Amino acid sequence: MADLLLTDIAKTYGGTVDVLKNINLDIRTGELIVFVGPSGCGKSTLLRMIAGLEKITSGELRIDGQVVNDVPPAQRGIAMVFQSYALYPHMTVRDNMAFALKIAKKSKAEINEAIEKASKILQLEPYLDRLPKALSGGQRQRVAIGRSIVRDPKVYLFDEPLSNLDAALRVATRIEIAQLKEAMPDSTMIYVTHDQVEAMTLATRIVVLAGGGIAQVGSPLTLYEKPENEFVAQFIGSPSMNLLPGKITGTGAQTIIEMDGGGVAVSDYPSQQSDMGAQVNVGVRPEHLVETTGEYIFEGKVEITEALGEVTLLYFEKVGEGGPVISKLAGTQSELRGRSVRLGAEPSKVHLFIDGESLLYRTGGLAKTATTAHLAVSVH
Amino acid sequence: MHPAFQGLLTIIVGVGGCVAYYYFSNQFLDRVLCPARGKHAGRNINRANMIRPWLFLMPALIALGLYLAYPVFETLRLSLTDRSQGGAFVGLANYQQMASEPKFWEALTNNFLWLLIVPAFSTMFGLLAAQLTDRIGWGAIAKSLIFMPMAISFVGAAVIWKLVYDTRPLGQDQIGVMNAVYLSLGGDEPQQWLTIPFWNSILLMVVLIWIQTGFAMVILSAALRGIPEETIEAAIVDGANPFQVFFQIKMPQISSTIVVVWTTITIVVLKVFDIVFAMTNGQWETQVLANYMYDKLFRANDWGVGSASAMVIMLLVSPILVWNVYNARKEMR
Repeated sequence: MADLLLTDIAKTYGGTVDVLKNINLDIRTGELIVFVGPSGCGKSTLLRMIAGLEKITSGELRIDGQVVNDVPPAQRGIAMVFQSYALYPHMTVRDNMAFALKIAKKSKAEINEAIEKASKILQLEPYLDRLPKALSGGQRQRVAIGRSIVRDPKVYLFDEPLSNLDAALRVATRIEIAQLKEAMPDSTMIYVTHDQVEAMTLATRIVVLAGGGIAQVGSPLTLYEKPENEFVAQFIGSPSMNLLPGKITGTGAQTIIEMDGGGVAVSDYPSQQSDMGAQVNVGVRPEHLVETTGEYIFEGKVEITEALGEVTLLYFEKVGEGGPVISKLAGTQSELRGRSVRLGAEPSKVHLFIDGESLLYRTGGLAKTATTAHLAVSVH
Repeated sequence: MHPAFQGLLTIIVGVGGCVAYYYFSNQFLDRVLCPARGKHAGRNINRANMIRPWLFLMPALIALGLYLAYPVFETLRLSLTDRSQGGAFVGLANYQQMASEPKFWEALTNNFLWLLIVPAFSTMFGLLAAQLTDRIGWGAIAKSLIFMPMAISFVGAAVIWKLVYDTRPLGQDQIGVMNAVYLSLGGDEPQQWLTIPFWNSILLMVVLIWIQTGFAMVILSAALRGIPEETIEAAIVDGANPFQVFFQIKMPQISSTIVVVWTTITIVVLKVFDIVFAMTNGQWETQVLANYMYDKLFRANDWGVGSASAMVIMLLVSPILVWNVYNARKEMR
């Protein structure tokens, strides 16, 4: 039930090591924001700064309009679920959940009521008198969430809450968290993960962090369909987007690119007269790269095929630096191995990047806000 | 032969002998007794593996049996017999005589006081030192200073503290810190601290607390470091202040270590001898059981009562030892 406003937040260790800088975010009530990024990008640090466990070097953090930079964690109206659950090992499930309320000197009746409510939501009723060590990983995770719920916080903070669970349990708990969010539509949640499936499925908006800054903020499908830069393009989606070098030979509402490796690509990204001859990277997701008999973007020999049942991944011979070109085809296509294949893509699926930045978001090109608005329409 | 050379030779023969024992006995087992070849290779390997632990433990078992288990039974026998009557069985007469001596009850009472005070204060100060030195830059230096008394023998410590409690006639410079402070704070004349009953026992206990605090600190500091950082952060987010974090989150998580430290020091206390022996020799109502036993056994040559008091010490230590081992094992799990 709170807005968060992060203005120019930065974190520096020892005065020299910049972990995060220029973080500007406007998180609205009821949103579930997911921070994703590679390890070491500062996503957990950012969450811990919001929690108050880590000092904010510069910038301003507002929760519900109030500056909380120097407010202790307990008074910020936040609750946090830790990666290792951080349950108090010497307390029963009930005492774990009651701890914060006892510290806050709530009455017995209030405490009992809060615990009863939370344990009902999380189906923890049979385990209330057990110690954490007598619980399974999933149950411990639910207790950790329950400990947050009883405090009725304005903002929930999740720090990679599923990374200690096995694959099957992770899926189940992910769905539980999604249901929990649905049951509490007014609560704001911030969720840190390195798992993009969690990010894509849970988030209202995703914040991609890289190199100490924000690479892009947007709804999951915005990030997938209109990435702002090569980093987001390759980080979101698995296997990651193929990037192939080429030169612009035709401009206008559509852009025509002559590929360095032969072939021609057509993209729906608009370009200007001045872009003529510019060196670009053409980005196509593996699932959009299909066999073609006409115009092709890439031609190569299939080195390895991975049949996954519903799809087949084709790995082509390496061209230049970077990973191999990958194509994802429906069904089983193992017979393509060793053959030379020509691949093309629909113009609407072809992304263009100049110097790592998307042509769509260039200053002078399509303005950022306009894209988001346009997208909001196209998504619905 | 030069003594240093002699010492070196002893070390070489001793250590070499140990290594040779393990090496050759193992060889003998594998090559001669149960060779891993021929028709029964598999059976022989299994047998060798069953014999090996006993083979390797044998020197320790023999030494412990000879110097620990046998003396227990011998002491029990001595406590029930009278040497002056040619070792005749006298039943519980020695115990009866011991119980009629006020000095025994004084020793028992004092031991009980030591038992209450020393482990409590050592553990408390150790915990305090461990917590306070944990996060400061010069914590490591502070820790080594606090730990240093552990390296001093009990007798050495007793000599140091005897100087602290030292008394010089009025008018001379007091070399004892305690009297110097006492006089500068307006005391009339220097006190013979170690002759003032009850308080002198406390002053002796201070020496042991001074020594054992370092031990408690080192063990508890390791335990405190073992507490998952996230549980502490969770408590901070939950609104706990530093005292609540310490007493409600940290202390309960290291409770079994606290018990182990407490009981270990308790066992040391029950056996305390050197400090009392070197500082007061049990005079002025400072007697303790171990020194009482020594007095009876080796000064009065009363083997019966001396052995009886040794049995009393053993009876007191045993249950604490069992509890100590139980908790130490629980902690390891």
